[in-house]
Amino acid sequence: MYAQMITAEASDEDPKLLEEFQARIDRDEKIEPKDWMPMAYRKTLIRQIGQHAHSEVVGQLPEGNWITRAPTLERKAILLAKVQDEAGHGLYLYSAAETLGVSRDELVELLHEGKMKYSSIFNYPTLNWADIGAVGWLVDGAAIVNQVALQRTSYGPYSRAMIRICKEESFHARQGYHAIMQMAFGTPAQKAMAQDAVNRLWFPAIMMFGPSDSESVHSEQSMTWKIKVRSNDDLRQQFVDQTVPQIEYLGLDLPDPGIKWNEERGHYDYSDPDWSEFFNVIKGKGPCNVDRLNDRTNAWEDGAWVRDGLLAHGRKKAAARTAAE
Amino acid sequence: MSKEWPLWEVFIRGQHGLSHRHVGSLHAPDAEMAIKNARDVYTRRNEGVSIWVVEAQHIAASSPEEKGPLYEPSNSKVYRHPTFFDIPEEVGHM
Repeated sequence: MYAQMITAEASDEDPKLLEEFQARIDRDEKIEPKDWMPMAYRKTLIRQIGQHAHSEVVGQLPEGNWITRAPTLERKAILLAKVQDEAGHGLYLYSAAETLGVSRDELVELLHEGKMKYSSIFNYPTLNWADIGAVGWLVDGAAIVNQVALQRTSYGPYSRAMIRICKEESFHARQGYHAIMQMAFGTPAQKAMAQDAVNRLWFPAIMMFGPSDSESVHSEQSMTWKIKVRSNDDLRQQFVDQTVPQIEYLGLDLPDPGIKWNEERGHYDYSDPDWSEFFNVIKGKGPCNVDRLNDRTNAWEDGAWVRDGLLAHGRKKAAARTAAE
Repeated sequence: MSKEWPLWEVFIRGQHGLSHRHVGSLHAPDAEMAIKNARDVYTRRNEGVSIWVVEAQHIAASSPEEKGPLYEPSNSKVYRHPTFFDIPEEVGHM
């Protein structure tokens, strides 16, 4: 089905239907799965929701890396709960994508074949425990800014998934900040680890919002269709504004010398990240791209016999029930 | 035959005696696993006290194109709403 949709041409769509569709969007009506929608709207959503789902699932890997080595039993239980949430978030999003006529297995295959992407941030390694705190605080913090905006997206199932995810996500950011707080207020060595994690993760975190609006390929049409509701730069600014005081509270140095309060704008100025790095990571040349994809593919392939066995068992039971009726 | 687990729709009754409400979907090989998965995915924070699951293919739905004719009959019957009737104040709350 997905393959058919990619090749389908949008040009023969009825202009009247397109106009009515845009009018519904402009009235802030939610578009639901069985409603008519332009092919390009459907395709854009499948790409965006699919990537979002993949990011939740791949995002489990850098954190899963530290479950067995968490410093206390409590931190371990918290991290497990967080990683479990991410699996749930992936599921909500795959379900939302499936309402558009693509199956979860198809999406997973496209990911494994390298034909779909996930958030570039997860191609960075988590080198030590401080990184786990910083990931929860900064990476989930950035994701929340994006996802709160997406609660107002025009596609009903996507919007509902976002609402659900946002409810659970603030636990993620807070547990991360709490972990970093303990280190920042701990021994000088712990504080140095916290500083190092913030320094390394700051620019990758602000890259999560994507390139500047003037260079983002998908922005304009997505804004018109309210698939996106706020621009990349706008969201990034909000993240910077809310995060700088959090860094200052910890007594850590700002990770970017360009961060300065701008009285006139009423916002913090900040330096642009190195976008060539961002595009490199997207192209597969980040520090962990190969490992992440290998881990996903292995988990999928190693689990195949379990999925097949359970399905065969389910079918056998259903057949026995039918025979008994 | 497809090797993909069937899709199930999940309905949860919250704590306060309300009806089951649709909360989302999931894949599972059978009903028993669907309920277990629903427990893990949709009730991690005490969201519910009862779970229903039904295979998505068994749900029949009205179609959006019929929205007009389907709901039109209720548009013309404003007297079904209590505010249609003016009751004198002297009568008291009704």
